[in-house]
Amino acid sequence: MLLTVLSILTDGLAYAAYLFIIAIGLTLIFGVMKILNVAHGSFYAFGAYGAATAVGIYFNGHDWNAAGGFLFMILLAMAIGLVMGLILERGLLRLVYGKDEVVIVLVTYAVFLILEDMVVLIWGAQSYAAYQPMVAAGSIDLGDLVLSNYDILLVVLAAFLAALAYWSLKFTRYGRLLTTVIFDREVAAAFGINVTVVYTVTFLVGAMLGALSGAVMAPKISVTLGIGVEVIVLAFAVVAIGGMGSIEGALVGALIVGICRAAAVHLVPQIELFVIYGVMAIVLIVRPYGLFVRAQPRRI
Amino acid sequence: MARRAQLIGGLAFIAAAVIAPFLPDWVVSLATIAFANALVVLGLIVLWRAGLVSFGQALYYCIGAYVVALIGRWIGFGDAIVLVLLGGISAGLVSFLIGFLIARYREIFFAMLSLALSMILYGVLVKTESLGSTDGFSVLTPTFLGYTPHGEALNLTLYWFTLAICALSALGVGAYFRSIAGALAAAVRDNEIRVEFLGVSVARVIHAKVVIAGVLGGLGGALAALAIGHVDPNMAYWTTSGSFVFVAILAGAGSVAAAFVGSLLFEAIRSLAVDVVPEFWQMILGSALLVTILFVPEGLGSLVFRLRRKKAKPS
Repeated sequence: MLLTVLSILTDGLAYAAYLFIIAIGLTLIFGVMKILNVAHGSFYAFGAYGAATAVGIYFNGHDWNAAGGFLFMILLAMAIGLVMGLILERGLLRLVYGKDEVVIVLVTYAVFLILEDMVVLIWGAQSYAAYQPMVAAGSIDLGDLVLSNYDILLVVLAAFLAALAYWSLKFTRYGRLLTTVIFDREVAAAFGINVTVVYTVTFLVGAMLGALSGAVMAPKISVTLGIGVEVIVLAFAVVAIGGMGSIEGALVGALIVGICRAAAVHLVPQIELFVIYGVMAIVLIVRPYGLFVRAQPRRI
Repeated sequence: MARRAQLIGGLAFIAAAVIAPFLPDWVVSLATIAFANALVVLGLIVLWRAGLVSFGQALYYCIGAYVVALIGRWIGFGDAIVLVLLGGISAGLVSFLIGFLIARYREIFFAMLSLALSMILYGVLVKTESLGSTDGFSVLTPTFLGYTPHGEALNLTLYWFTLAICALSALGVGAYFRSIAGALAAAVRDNEIRVEFLGVSVARVIHAKVVIAGVLGGLGGALAALAIGHVDPNMAYWTTSGSFVFVAILAGAGSVAAAFVGSLLFEAIRSLAVDVVPEFWQMILGSALLVTILFVPEGLGSLVFRLRRKKAKPS
């Protein structure tokens, strides 16, 4: 009994860490730019494929340090995210700022469709494995409970990202500028903040976080076609539960979904998928804008 | 204007019905599925007029399809007319219940909540082993009031039946657009609070739209299940909803006919693209969507109106 509870908690925490790493980029972009970025799933997929390629190069026939491989994989994925974000924001999204939020969702959906086929063009239709960093990390046995070190690493990474986001939003100059833009874009612009630059930087950071989430997940999954399709709705659920645009909301949303899913997997495996969206629906019924966002006044 | 549109629409439907026996079998099947999907798109257009986009219309599509398939599986009943009506009614009931909840939401929140609801159904179906899990199961061959066609005759009958349901739905939705509740859509989109000050309950207007879209989605799903002969959980997946939204945006909310023409074009391009360049299919879709949003934001249907306006100007 205790073992079940403990494994629900540890599994849930590991899954929540993974969800948070995915959701933070999505919620950041939404909070600042009011763009619900469906293409975030593509960033994830490109990050995962990039990481698989990096792992393939690094571990193939060499006997190098596994930690270096992990670092190389993350850096390559983030570089991919940076380039993609730059092309997307400067080349396309710039043209549609100011349109309806829903229309912008459709624009990013179109980008998502295009990038899905780009994955096939670049990496082909076969799937890749990138398990080496995870195997190299090993595991800890605590009695009957086996914890993968890689999962612990993910939890640490998620906590680090959360702390970093909190610190940079509250205590850095750029973070304060960002808060101003979130609060009121036009007033911020009137006070001389270069909103265009803030938008670009935010989107790049969001894109890099998306690619990073794909990269750190690559060793745990089989990198194959369609991973972005699944992940984007999961990230939506997390972000909607916490409140779109709220970092602490994404953290709480990830924890709720992570623990609920782990509980379902251990107790009633039939409702594993159902439970995630069920929780989302219930939260949205009680708090339409999510847990951490205050209701917006309606325009007259 | 309305009468002329009805006349043209009626002639188009008659033409579509008359030409069918002279077309190859696969074209007829393709058109059947296209027209079935067009009903779902029509529902999306009803919502889109009020500024709402549902990323979960596949919920009703899937309910309609599974109701048809399950009745066949459990009772062995196969009359297409009753089955399709039941599919539409069940989806309508579900949308009526969901409407109480979802009518409070707007914009992205409306889209996200409907997405979540359709994913719940997907999650349930995928994990239900007795219903074939991810494989789904096949649908009984339908009969029509005791008439049991086979092969090509079945294809044709189903096509005509679909066409008839489409014609009735198009008439109904057209009448709805001209009614006061339908005309309020643009007002709701522009400024809800002013509409409320006029003494109209916006929530009720939107609730009605959700139910109309739900019934149309159920009818479309039921017809599609009969036409494809198989149902599976992917019918509720968010990418299915996405393709319906895609056709709706491409067609535009300007007219009822746009849904049917758009859906037909979509299916035609899809089967062509999957045949010739399968690896570029989604890329073609995405690019078409981008070009539409950037350059023809009112949808391709609006091009017709633009031409007409240009012609009217010199006089």
